[in-house]
Amino acid sequence: MVASLYSVDDEQKTIWVFLDQVDGELERVSLEILSKGRQLADEAGWSLNGLLLGHQISDQVQRAIAYGADEIWIAEHPLLEHFTVDAYTHVVEKALVKGRPSVFLCGATPNGRDLAGRLAVRLRTGLNADCTDLRLDPQSGLLTSEVTGFGGGVIALLESPHHRPQMSTVRPGVFPLGDEDPNRVGLTHVMEIEIVEGMIPTKLIERVVGEGVDLTQTPVLVCGGRGIEGKFDMLQELADLMHGDVGATRPPVDEGHIERERQVGQTGVVCRPKIAFACGISGAFHFVVGIQDADFVVAINSDPNAPIFEYADICIVDDALQFIPALIEDIQKERTTSND
Amino acid sequence: MTELKVIVCMKVVPKPEEIRVDPETRRIERSQVRSEINPPDMNALEMALKLKDLHQARVILLSMGPPLFEKYLRVGLAMGADEAFLLSDQHFAGADTLATTYTLAKGIEKLGDPDLIICGEESSDGATGQVPPGIAEWLDQSQITLVTDLEVDLERQVVRGRREVRGGHEVLEVPTPAVVSVKTASNEPRFMDYEIKEDAFKGANVTVWTREDIEADEDYIGTPGSPTIVSGFEQAAVRERKREFLTGNRDEVVRRLVDLVQDLM
Repeated sequence: MVASLYSVDDEQKTIWVFLDQVDGELERVSLEILSKGRQLADEAGWSLNGLLLGHQISDQVQRAIAYGADEIWIAEHPLLEHFTVDAYTHVVEKALVKGRPSVFLCGATPNGRDLAGRLAVRLRTGLNADCTDLRLDPQSGLLTSEVTGFGGGVIALLESPHHRPQMSTVRPGVFPLGDEDPNRVGLTHVMEIEIVEGMIPTKLIERVVGEGVDLTQTPVLVCGGRGIEGKFDMLQELADLMHGDVGATRPPVDEGHIERERQVGQTGVVCRPKIAFACGISGAFHFVVGIQDADFVVAINSDPNAPIFEYADICIVDDALQFIPALIEDIQKERTTSND
Repeated sequence: MTELKVIVCMKVVPKPEEIRVDPETRRIERSQVRSEINPPDMNALEMALKLKDLHQARVILLSMGPPLFEKYLRVGLAMGADEAFLLSDQHFAGADTLATTYTLAKGIEKLGDPDLIICGEESSDGATGQVPPGIAEWLDQSQITLVTDLEVDLERQVVRGRREVRGGHEVLEVPTPAVVSVKTASNEPRFMDYEIKEDAFKGANVTVWTREDIEADEDYIGTPGSPTIVSGFEQAAVRERKREFLTGNRDEVVRRLVDLVQDLM
């Protein structure tokens, strides 16, 4: 059997979280993982630590502590300013082998997946990718990760009993953010790192990042499926009226009607809005998981037997292409009247 | 000009919409499910074939799985790939990401010194996206993931990839040999070429390699090489909804919905 670089016998009873930062700001998913990690650590009586890499990022340390971290290991270097898988894998591997945490978690973001994929091989350990829930057995210290992706609404439970660290990447948006406690006190350790340009074959030539789409935070989500025949402008109008945002099922994304980052569901984004509208959506399970954490679901479909109505609080049997414009008109009329 | 050697990793997956779960046993019913080439891998093959259109290139398909995968590799040959290799051995079964990436890396080593290894972003059944970085790590090569466009500079021996990140993109350059994963749906896979289709399905050879052929360490493949175990399956919890139907004419329904929504906001 393949053996990990450090074994169960050598582990420290700690959870480490990779604190993903982009342009000097912690990614929300890292704070979500800290919030969940705090809960797991408290139940098991373990400590929760964060690993922060970057350049001039020490102002982010207190933020991580405020969300639940006990100790932060920080590595600052100009060559760590932007993520490169070469430099980050090198530094994180050194830190993990030294700290030997039982559990290591990171966000399933593009960079998080790049890092975790290489790191797991380098450490010869298991990796559970894009997890939607985590459990930690306080007695055995065994981490169980939930993953979807097997179809039919089935989740698989994955464990890595004999290899350390127990590694998982966590899907953004699945864990609610805990309360930020600015007065929380934690420890900071500065890591000594040796890193030179020659160790980083990856060259960043260009980087253009604007306001990204982030459906995980929207209070109102207006989703469209096949039944809206690509008319996402109409859904955008409704979303704008309600200060919300637009999402989609897979078919309109595949057909190029809307960007892939707006795909909601098992292979897309999991959202937790106050209200989700499902317009012209049949209700395949792999979509429904994306809105199951919505406080309230409104479904509009012309087929009274559409499965989506099983997953909705308010069911409206009507053609979304007719109904949505009527809804928009009514809201606009009301706004005009109340403004008079 | 030297010839570019490109390996495309391909997986065959059950069609996701046909997967059913036996409600009694909670086991995944795969017997009735038809298979297909993992759709993101078709984007990977298309990217490789585009390079072949531009440069002198040899495109080699590599897969790991049971013998039934062979006919799917022939689809790739009919699209324009030059050779196909299938790593097939009962000892490979039960592989998680670590064992899978090790086995593929051993196959790549046996194929010898490619300039590029191109993979799909992720598999539609496993959806981990961790295979491309894993292969790169075993081979000690650079990687660019989630690439939508790729340029090869044969003289400088580098590749440049445009990579999607949240809210934008970046352009990365890495030395070859390198591993690239292709963003799903970033190109339109071509149809099979009817001129070569017949040969692809009748004449062409799909080479099958076993564990011995690629000299893979028994401890690193299949179940022994897999740290991860599936400890169970559960039905995803479904939240109970009110399922209240609003009836009446459209204007009435709209009114009631607007009132309801206002109370919630």
